[in-house]
Amino acid sequence: MTADIAKENAHPRDLAQGLRDSVPVVVAAMPFGFLFGALAVENGLTAFEAVLMSATIFAGASQMVGIDLFGQKVAPWLIVLSILAVNFRHVLYSATTGRRIAHWGPVQRLLGFFLLVDPMFAEAERRGETHGTVTFGWYMGAALPLYVCWVVEAWLGALFGNLLPDPHALGIDFLLPIYFLGLVMSFRKRSFWLPVVLMSAVVSMIAYRTVGSPWHVSIGAVAGVALAATMAPGARTRKEES
Amino acid sequence: MSTTAWIILVGAFLTFLTRIGGHLVLSRFERIHPRVEAGLNAVPAAVLTTLVAPSAMNGGVPEIAALATGVVVSLVAGGMMPMFLSSAAVLILLRHLTG
Repeated sequence: MTADIAKENAHPRDLAQGLRDSVPVVVAAMPFGFLFGALAVENGLTAFEAVLMSATIFAGASQMVGIDLFGQKVAPWLIVLSILAVNFRHVLYSATTGRRIAHWGPVQRLLGFFLLVDPMFAEAERRGETHGTVTFGWYMGAALPLYVCWVVEAWLGALFGNLLPDPHALGIDFLLPIYFLGLVMSFRKRSFWLPVVLMSAVVSMIAYRTVGSPWHVSIGAVAGVALAATMAPGARTRKEES
Repeated sequence: MSTTAWIILVGAFLTFLTRIGGHLVLSRFERIHPRVEAGLNAVPAAVLTTLVAPSAMNGGVPEIAALATGVVVSLVAGGMMPMFLSSAAVLILLRHLTG
């Protein structure tokens, strides 16, 4: 474990590159960090609870759903279940990125998985695609600024939320979908990209209308993943070899 | 500690379980079937699409125009920042015009 850390620290360039890669992510997430703090206080949370939520859950969408439900005074178990439902997609992230960080020490992996939010997952997959491996140094360089800023933003948003400008006029409420679309586009070189995107888009929209949010995320994602698994050409030949 | 804080901590614990769970299940298998592999490689595009699609469906002209701009710019220019900035600019401009 200590040997692992020493080995990883031998690549300070990875850490620096990670810090550089974190910049656009921190910028895109920033309005939502403030917005979360402001809305949390508006929905009856204290500044401490808002910061606690950002520091321990660290998942924007589920935090927004959580404070929305706190404001409506619904049963505690229902709030917990909703947070779990929104974050269920992380199971897929964990399985996917786990392959790339399997060479880390156990404590490093626990820390890495704790920080595995949407943009970190996407950035780690891109890093693995371009560099072959994802080092602990790069990952922390990319993830820690995001985490620290996210927690500080919740605190500042809770304190100064009433000073926020109109989010609609500035387009702030729609920046995250735009950022996620950019990430979708960045994976377009992968096999079955277009069929997967079309399948997930159509199924998630149908699920959004019928089953409702947040389940449309998991249902749409599973449909796209299942399509890719079905279309995989190497499956039959590889089976014959074994 | 307040009920709210307890709800937050239980939610955080379950969130952490989802983040290690997929890896724990998958690491029990010595070899990963090619179909599973192909499925996992599709996870980024599949999940991120579901985060965009309903916003597009519920969006008006500014939102859909912004997303269309984003698709075209990333196909032509590549890279995140040109796409992000042009898409946001179209969104803000059209919201002010139609607003």
